[in-house]
Amino acid sequence: MSMKMKMTGRRSFFLRLLFSFALLLIALASGPAFSQNGTELRFCLHSEPKTFDPLLVDDDASLSIRYLTGGVLVRSNRHTQELEPELAESWNVSKDGKQIAFKLRHGIAFSDGTPFSSEDVAFTMQRLMDPALHSTTGDAFRSGSGAIGTKIIAPDQISIIFPAPIAGLERLFDQVAIMSAHSPKKEMAVLGPFMVVEYKAGSTVLLRRNPNYWKKDAQGRRLPYLDSVRLDVQSNRDVEMLRFKRGELDLINVIDSDYFDRLAASSPNLAHDAGPTLDSDFMWFNQVASAPIPDYKRAWFRDTNFRRAISQAINRDDLSRVVFNGHAQPAVGPVSPANKFWFNSKLKAEPYRPEAAKQRLQAGGFHLQNGALFDKDGHAVEFSIVTNAGNKSRERMAVMVQEDLGKLGIKVNIVTLDFPSLIERISQKFNYEAAMLGFRNVDLDPNSQMTIWLSTAEDHAWNPQQKSPETAWEAEIDRLMHTQASAADPKKRKESFDRVQEIVAEQAPIIYLVNQNALSAVSSAVEGASPGILHPQTFWNAERLTLNPTTRASR
Amino acid sequence: MNAARKLAWGLMLAVCAISLAANWLAPAGYAKQFREAPSAPPSRQHLLGTDEIGRDRFARILYGTRISLLLAPAAALVSTALAALVGGLAGYLGGIWLRLARGFTDLFLSLPWLFLLITVRALLPLNVSPLVSVLITFLILGLLGWAASARVLSTSADALRNSDFVLQARASGVHGPRLFLVHVLPNLKPVLYAQFWISIPVFILSEANLGILGLGVAEPLPSWGSLLRELEGMISFREEPWRLVPLLLLIVVLTSFQTLLSNEEATA
Repeated sequence: MSMKMKMTGRRSFFLRLLFSFALLLIALASGPAFSQNGTELRFCLHSEPKTFDPLLVDDDASLSIRYLTGGVLVRSNRHTQELEPELAESWNVSKDGKQIAFKLRHGIAFSDGTPFSSEDVAFTMQRLMDPALHSTTGDAFRSGSGAIGTKIIAPDQISIIFPAPIAGLERLFDQVAIMSAHSPKKEMAVLGPFMVVEYKAGSTVLLRRNPNYWKKDAQGRRLPYLDSVRLDVQSNRDVEMLRFKRGELDLINVIDSDYFDRLAASSPNLAHDAGPTLDSDFMWFNQVASAPIPDYKRAWFRDTNFRRAISQAINRDDLSRVVFNGHAQPAVGPVSPANKFWFNSKLKAEPYRPEAAKQRLQAGGFHLQNGALFDKDGHAVEFSIVTNAGNKSRERMAVMVQEDLGKLGIKVNIVTLDFPSLIERISQKFNYEAAMLGFRNVDLDPNSQMTIWLSTAEDHAWNPQQKSPETAWEAEIDRLMHTQASAADPKKRKESFDRVQEIVAEQAPIIYLVNQNALSAVSSAVEGASPGILHPQTFWNAERLTLNPTTRASR
Repeated sequence: MNAARKLAWGLMLAVCAISLAANWLAPAGYAKQFREAPSAPPSRQHLLGTDEIGRDRFARILYGTRISLLLAPAAALVSTALAALVGGLAGYLGGIWLRLARGFTDLFLSLPWLFLLITVRALLPLNVSPLVSVLITFLILGLLGWAASARVLSTSADALRNSDFVLQARASGVHGPRLFLVHVLPNLKPVLYAQFWISIPVFILSEANLGILGLGVAEPLPSWGSLLRELEGMISFREEPWRLVPLLLLIVVLTSFQTLLSNEEATA
């Protein structure tokens, strides 16, 4: 009996050994993998993701998921802002800017094992440009009328042809997650480092590492290092901060300056200020000819001297220091200094010069009487600034601008409106005098600002949808924007856009106030994090992040 | 007068007196920005510290109290008058008028108030001074807040219509407006008082709610609503307990109102 047991035990041992060898062989055959068993990165989405279809993404939550799951042909490095090869080994843009050819990597498969080839790229591009899909990602590629063409040269080579030139074409592919043409899993088959494995509406999205992810580290270990990423849907920032402090979350992508300072005071190593972002806060005056505002006010708002005087009378240093606790920089213009290539470094932020502002106003016929400013026809200078209710920092900026302009004798009334009412007033009825808003710029290329600067555009904030440019400088901006959009040479494009920035500084149709800094929080358990200014600030290198379970447990 | 009522009166009078003396107690004013000292802790210069843009919190509380305490009763007066007109008349007339008025008040009560207030606020002219904006805000609250009181008053007036003394007045030849003004309305007075007192804390809280959404009184004028917004994002009360003063003040005033109100109701 005991002998039989012994034999059985020995056989069982050999069988187990054999099984282990088999497992080892399978593992070796599939390439070296390095994952931290059980390590899960946790952070919050501030809203429900609207879609998992990478081509339909237009909200922050879906954007984060697309970044973590989607494989792209080229990737803009969030740190260096340089373009890097991903699924495409190399690419070539034709001289006329209408065609781009990609050479793809070999041996790559989607998360479900379906092989990746140029057919998938062609399928993705055709679907992206399908007008019935209404893809905002696709809109960036719509340069002219006509369909795009895709030419599959080989399984690893493809050419995409556009009806008209597109400036900065290759950069746009950073946003295009390639979908499988053949996988039955459709958008759930991905090429990125993680894949969606579970979604509980209103609660969590669970991502697990993609076992077929193609990228390896310098030691040949397959990325990503993390096993999974848990994204909790949590819109309340207070709760998010409390959970972070309790160690339940590892990252907060964007935090406001109040939270940041409190966190920095208690745990300075967890709070990260990556410097100015591409985002800007600004104000502008209503210059629409048909706007229901008095003619004399329209005349002030159309007067360059008046706008420049207002700009000079605003203390941007105080705005940065007081409203953002120093975590913002006085804004220079439409391009933040954080945009390394496109920023016109000759320009400086308008300094606070109330005396110069007074002189400008006097030159324009304005005069002070009993502490109040009057125009040459005797109208007291008074206007309202509308802004969106609930945005505390913007409301505080408006109050500070109110006091700054009060020193010139200008009476400013601040009106906070709910967002839909505000948008209706500034873009449909034009029933406002001045507005203060912010612009969240996610794209480095000035092409993304075409809708703001062209006088015919809907988002030409101060005077939209002009049939023909109403001023000479707007005509010049139109010309320069078209020139930069049609030129293939980045240097020539920059020359044109530099001049646009100079005209904006001279004419001040938009008075730029501050560029907020990128503030984030990263747990000490997260290793390899290097928060940047571009989205996604803290997890742009998610595939290379690791977690230290000991540090996490001690938090 | 019991001790609780005395205390409530004492607290209310003290709060009113201090807020009326704001000009002397806080000469810096509510709008002056001490930009070198934003979010400062309490000091001799700033008794309750400064807000995020350096405005003296003590001054803002005093002026804000003045505004909220002055205008909430004014709004309550408007809403009670409207309630008396609609509810009182409907109850007095009875029949189809009463059914119509009740249907109308039910409809009015079922409206999503916050959205309605936000919409009405958005339709107002933009270029009004902060003082006018505060008057408009409370006037809107008054004009929109009559329905609940009107329902109570219509029921009371309906009961009075069939009372013995009204029947006797009718038999004596008193009809129409005279009957309503001389016999019905004076007998509705206790209910009207109660509705008036009830409305005051409701309007204070409504303005505070609007203020929390950033849609209340226009800057730089303070109100309890805008002062309570400072508590947003406050994770620990131990860090800056002085920021809780507006909340404590609101609790003290509302509790005092409730104490006085319960006595008014008991008297009624």
